[in-house]
Amino acid sequence: MTYRIFPLSETAVTVEFGNKISPELNDRAIRFAEALSSSPFEGMLEAAPAYSSVTVFFDAVAVRRGNPFAESAHAAVRDGLEAVLRTLRREKHSPDRTVDIPFSAGKDVSLDLDFVASESGLSPEEVLEIFVSRTYRVYMLGFLPGFAYMGDLDPRIAVPRRATPRIRVPRGSVAVAGRQTGIYSLESPGGWHVLGRTSVSMFAPQKSKPCLVEPGDEIRFTLIRT
Amino acid sequence: MSITIKRPGILTTVQDLGRHGFNRFGVNPGGACDRAAARILNTLLGNEENAAVIETHFPAVELVFDSKKDFSVGGADFIPTLNGKEIQNWRVYTAAKGDTLKFKGKRLGSRAYLAVKGGFKVAEWLGSSSTNLLAAAGGFEGRPLKSGDIVKIARADMPFGRAGKMVSFTLIPRYSTGPTVRVIEGGESGLVGKDTWKTFESSTFTITQDSDRMGYRLRGPALATKRKYEMVTSAATFGTVQLLPDGQLVVLMADHQTTGGYPRIATVLASDLPLLAQLGPGDKIRFESVPIEEAEKAMAEFEKDLRMLRLATSAR
Repeated sequence: MTYRIFPLSETAVTVEFGNKISPELNDRAIRFAEALSSSPFEGMLEAAPAYSSVTVFFDAVAVRRGNPFAESAHAAVRDGLEAVLRTLRREKHSPDRTVDIPFSAGKDVSLDLDFVASESGLSPEEVLEIFVSRTYRVYMLGFLPGFAYMGDLDPRIAVPRRATPRIRVPRGSVAVAGRQTGIYSLESPGGWHVLGRTSVSMFAPQKSKPCLVEPGDEIRFTLIRT
Repeated sequence: MSITIKRPGILTTVQDLGRHGFNRFGVNPGGACDRAAARILNTLLGNEENAAVIETHFPAVELVFDSKKDFSVGGADFIPTLNGKEIQNWRVYTAAKGDTLKFKGKRLGSRAYLAVKGGFKVAEWLGSSSTNLLAAAGGFEGRPLKSGDIVKIARADMPFGRAGKMVSFTLIPRYSTGPTVRVIEGGESGLVGKDTWKTFESSTFTITQDSDRMGYRLRGPALATKRKYEMVTSAATFGTVQLLPDGQLVVLMADHQTTGGYPRIATVLASDLPLLAQLGPGDKIRFESVPIEEAEKAMAEFEKDLRMLRLATSAR
């Protein structure tokens, strides 16, 4: 198994399994983050998986206290992570569950549907049909609280992100960029193309588990005609 | 016990040292931009370092103390006054009931902090009192303070009696309008060649108008990458220096996104983030790279200095 390991800061180390979007590398990242979370080292704050990497955040003072003879806290964490990496099995992460996301399309909410249609040489109807015809994997959460990065989009409707991001993308917007799709969990600036809107709450701050989905889940979109 | 906001000032929020352990949900740590200021002021008052403080920009907050209380201000020097009389940063004063704290002008820096004995008391969200404006959660109702808000103060055994205690000169961050900040190399530093890295380390960058608690956009010589590189979205943190496609740089600040897709060529040392936190549009910055060991040493030294301050100020 190949990987790069480097400090993101004095209190975070990133392990990168590759620089591409692939279920295999994402499986590895999810597995590694799970292994660390189930037996965290002294001073570890969390292991956050991304597409093909995991970043481990820690309290450097606590790490130093636990490893008084290490050359640095970074070195102690790196050695600890490499020991876990050696035991990491190459097994597939089976989807935890499938979550249904109903969304609506229409003039008011499908801000970029016509654009995506014309860029891909299809009708808006065809774009939506292709979009809902497959299930998507939740690769990671990031960018915004509860924003799920999902894929892989059918290449026929893959369009690069907007040249100029929108200042405000409404909460609940179902959007695409390249071969990724995502749901704006909160109103925020953003550069993805909006195909429709869901009323499903992806992020509820006051819940103990604030995010609806987690990495490894499968998402199925269903279209509500309006 | 509480304070009442008379004038809110620019983006005045309740902050602590951040909400840690939730990056995997897309929730950033947030917290005070100038962590050193918050930690020093709290230590000076005998609070826990993580006690909630008020962060304010200029024109700054104006507020009234609703009871007799020890407090201290620091970070930016906005010429603080108590009932119209100028007071100093980094020193404990005792406010009487009805006293007004006001800031007269901008002498140096961009973010000032008010700490009170006991700390401010707001509903915690995910274990922190910091304000997350995007999620509208944490801090004071998840929003900036406005006129008429009453911010409660946590109870303290001795709400006053520390007046006159001060921070030693050596502990105060060396704020300026043109600091050199130290960086460690980032995950994608290999993307820029030796010459470009030399340009990065020898040039002066200007903080642009497009700069806030989320990040600073810098203006400087365009930095070229050796090859075209499409980066898959990965983690980012407070201090991450991103290289944009046009060759310009962004430094992520406390309210950064948890992940990003631009190459991370460097990370500003946690120890030097306070210098960065006090910059504003038009200020200049230079970068100097150091090994991770030196970065950790600088952190450890500050920890030691804070322990000394805690010892010194707890002595009767």
